Amino acid sequence: MAERTCPYAVLAEFDAPRALVEGAGTLRGDGWRIETFSPFPLDGLGDAIGFSDRAVPVAVLVGAVLGAALIFAIQAGANLDYPLDVGGRPLVTVPGFLLVTLECGILGAVLAGIGTMLARNGLPRLHHPLFNAERFSLASDDRFFLAILVDGDADRAHDARAALWRCGAVDVVDVGEQLVA
Amino acid sequence: MTAPSRYHQITGEVVSIPPRFPAPRAWWLLFAGALALLALWVVAVAVLLVRGPGVWGNNIPVGWGFPIIGYVWWLGIGHAGTLISSMLLLLSRSWRNSLNRFAEAMTLFAVVCAGLLPILHLGRPWYFYWMAPYPNTMGVWPQFRSPLAWDFFAVVVYLVVSVAFWYVGIIPDLASARDRATKRRWQFFFGLLALGWRGAGSHWLRWRQAYRLTAALAIPLVALVTASYALLFAGGPVHGWNSTIFPAYFLVGAVFSGFAVVGILAVVIRSLLGLRDLITPLHFDRIGKLLLATGLMTLYGYLADAFTALYGGGYELETLHDRVGGAYAWSFWGAVVLNFVPLQFMWRRRFRTSPIVLALVGVSVAAGMWLERYMLVVTGLFRDWTGSSTGLFHATFWDWALFAGFIGVFATGMLLFVRLLPVVSAFEIKREIGESGG
Repeated sequence: MAERTCPYAVLAEFDAPRALVEGAGTLRGDGWRIETFSPFPLDGLGDAIGFSDRAVPVAVLVGAVLGAALIFAIQAGANLDYPLDVGGRPLVTVPGFLLVTLECGILGAVLAGIGTMLARNGLPRLHHPLFNAERFSLASDDRFFLAILVDGDADRAHDARAALWRCGAVDVVDVGEQLVA
Repeated sequence: MTAPSRYHQITGEVVSIPPRFPAPRAWWLLFAGALALLALWVVAVAVLLVRGPGVWGNNIPVGWGFPIIGYVWWLGIGHAGTLISSMLLLLSRSWRNSLNRFAEAMTLFAVVCAGLLPILHLGRPWYFYWMAPYPNTMGVWPQFRSPLAWDFFAVVVYLVVSVAFWYVGIIPDLASARDRATKRRWQFFFGLLALGWRGAGSHWLRWRQAYRLTAALAIPLVALVTASYALLFAGGPVHGWNSTIFPAYFLVGAVFSGFAVVGILAVVIRSLLGLRDLITPLHFDRIGKLLLATGLMTLYGYLADAFTALYGGGYELETLHDRVGGAYAWSFWGAVVLNFVPLQFMWRRRFRTSPIVLALVGVSVAAGMWLERYMLVVTGLFRDWTGSSTGLFHATFWDWALFAGFIGVFATGMLLFVRLLPVVSAFEIKREIGESGG
């Protein structure tokens, strides 16, 4: 008996960003699990794919507060732990601590923001099933791709191919054959 | 030309540079020169470590000398890269996209030079980590009420943030280079550096959040870093330094010298790599205008500084006399002439768009700003409050060797960057084309 296989995803190629954004909006409205791929960030994509992740800005805020609080505590702690009386000035000299506090607040914010961006994007991840698609390398050149994740469901894959062609794709291929039990 | 083929052309133009380098001979010649200077740096540092800072001209009362002059100069150069990239990104000025990548690389290598100089100046540089607050058996801490401790944090934070900003901005182009690479070693190199970036929509949206927030935070960081080292001067009771205009004065001077170096690099990179349709006369024109604007602000700083001395009188006035007519008048007038006389060419569009004029004005300003740092450091110190602590500063051979060596450190880094990585932000240029009706 022949083995039955089904793709991991169905990948459609577009030759213009607008077609991709419109197609993504339509397919998401129809309830498909989609992901787009483009050589540069596209305008209007957030609405089209229903992106509402605030993790990066929140992480930036938290990182800023933590970085600033930590270094302020270190500065105050160091001065209290090893008190040096300089002309009778206070040990915890807030104006004198502010530059370093603000600098380390920015450091915390930037590291938290970029770290969260990489973590939520699942990067670094040097390999991905989509890299197996022959023309997928053009996603970093001049082509725009729309993938429907079908998770090994052969019937859904069939419908997905049809839906993608209807969106004006110039090509549709299956990616990542997996055996179906 | 249709948008997709224009995208493809830009990808090819930028990303194919490392595997098929257009000017190998010129690059090797420049690199050989840079390596020779780097070798000089190694020798100068080795001599310093073996024989101590006595090999320099530094002595009481002029204890700062070339290392601090160089520190302020290099850090200033670095600031322009951050500002040109982040401010223009937030203002959606798309012409930035041809300049920001190498301007940020310039920042990185300039900050590396700037960071090494005060460490070498420590006398016992191998104890530089004592500047960091860490629990230690001696039970002592850095003195956080001193601008010297602020400086350590300013440089470390600035270096880390600059690296992070630059790297996040280059990841998509590294992925593009990975996808175009045909040789195994380039696939491996770009493949690792690109972190597996695949241009997914949700990734781009988070990337944009992180990138723009980093840019927004980098701008105040530049002001904080200049304030840190400006207060290093202004915080002490030294006439000629003890002035509240220093943070603002240093910031505009820093950006002025940095734009000068951006101009030089734009001209060199454009002609070396043949990027004539990516770095255009328009970019030279804009750099020239920025140079002129920041130059005039710096001139205002000079005038305000002189006015403060005239108004305040006393020792401040004596320092002003020393500057305009004393033993180091050559550094003051050298700075004034080199900074502001050739700059006047930038009023005319014809000269701004001329690569050779822009590069020459850039060299003049970079030299002028170095003289300004020399003038500030030396004239503040060589005559102290008491007549007994007067002493002239004379740079030695090893001062100049280290100065030239640091140009080698910077040039080696820049040349490796130009040889190995995408020097222009291809994906942001493509985005611009896409937005304008692709």
